[in-house]
Amino acid sequence: MEDRENAKKRLVFVTVGTTSFDALVKAVVTQHVQDELLKRGCTHLLIQMGRGTFFPTKCDGADGSLVVDYFTFSSSIADHIRSASLVISHAGSGSIFETLKLGKPLIVVVNEDLMDNHQCELAEALEERKHLYYTRPHTLHQTLTKMELESLVPYTPGDGTPVARIIDRFLGFPDD
Amino acid sequence: MEEGCNCLTSKMVSNLSIGLFIVLGIVLLMVRVLYVVYRCGKPFPKGASQSFTTLVVLGSGGHTAEMLSLLSVLRMDRFTPRFYIAAATDNMSLQKARSFEDSLAVKVPAVKKVSSQFMQIYRSREVGQSYVTSVWTTIVAIVHGLWLMIRIRPQVILCNGPGTCIPLCVIAFLFKVLGIRWSSIFYVESVARVKKLSLSGLLLYKLRIADQFFVQWPQLQKKYPRAHYVGCLM
Repeated sequence: MEDRENAKKRLVFVTVGTTSFDALVKAVVTQHVQDELLKRGCTHLLIQMGRGTFFPTKCDGADGSLVVDYFTFSSSIADHIRSASLVISHAGSGSIFETLKLGKPLIVVVNEDLMDNHQCELAEALEERKHLYYTRPHTLHQTLTKMELESLVPYTPGDGTPVARIIDRFLGFPDD
Repeated sequence: MEEGCNCLTSKMVSNLSIGLFIVLGIVLLMVRVLYVVYRCGKPFPKGASQSFTTLVVLGSGGHTAEMLSLLSVLRMDRFTPRFYIAAATDNMSLQKARSFEDSLAVKVPAVKKVSSQFMQIYRSREVGQSYVTSVWTTIVAIVHGLWLMIRIRPQVILCNGPGTCIPLCVIAFLFKVLGIRWSSIFYVESVARVKKLSLSGLLLYKLRIADQFFVQWPQLQKKYPRAHYVGCLM
């Protein structure tokens, strides 16, 4: 019974990272975003809201709407990402790569309130390579409507081998 | 009259010689600095050493994750002993480094514990701190950094920003100039930097303090030709 329920469960996981990003939380709980998620077969919306002060309304989904739940912080973000069918995340490199490595479709929402906004560079560059979608809080709905998850290219994780090789050669170690 | 004149001349001579000494000192120092800058970035001869005392400067969150990704592919017997430094306000990074070292100890039980140490450093300026009080905290941070560097005297420094690594790298450069310790500084710019270097990266690149400089996006390598493009660490 539980298995069947899990099979039907399609979770959208929203994460704002260690700070707050109320604009994103507000954007995902707007009615037209929720409607779009329902249309795409999603059933659950789970929000990690960090230090935010905007608390969304919880919903048990009895009337056929999305099941909405939230929490502030968790040490098992990876588990939530793993169980999600779509991740909507802030632009932090940690969340971005954690999601991409787990092979989950990802929409990155850039926080326009941040002063030093170099992080949108990363999201932009990864969108150019079609690894994710990249948007802003007020355009989240349009992105959801237009996106085609099938066209996303799976991300192949990199590693430090090229750096290690150059460091080893520089220090006079033989190649192995 | 003559005595006064003599006195004046000898004063002038001594002033002149002091001046000469100062000029000579400055010239020598500049020659040494130029030599150090010239030598930086020159590789070691094959088989220069079996292992190097290594300082790993941990940034925070994403920076630490990238650094651990690099460490996981380095041959650890070549970078022994290892000293980890993180900002005093960052509790997570040293914890992650510890569990990384523990995972190594499981793989190679013989080399555990003795080969790694963990330290915290005061930050010169917290986010939102006023500039007046940050003069004082900067002095404290520099003195503390100097103390740590004298204790560690690293031969290899691995860093990837943000600001915590700057005072340590500058001290390492001074050590090179003064002949206290020669070190090789490797800086990997964060994967989050695609079009522009971070302030730390820019400083270490422009001042030629980093011996080898790595970037994770080809766009950056085009702008900074002395950097190595190495693809994403993550």
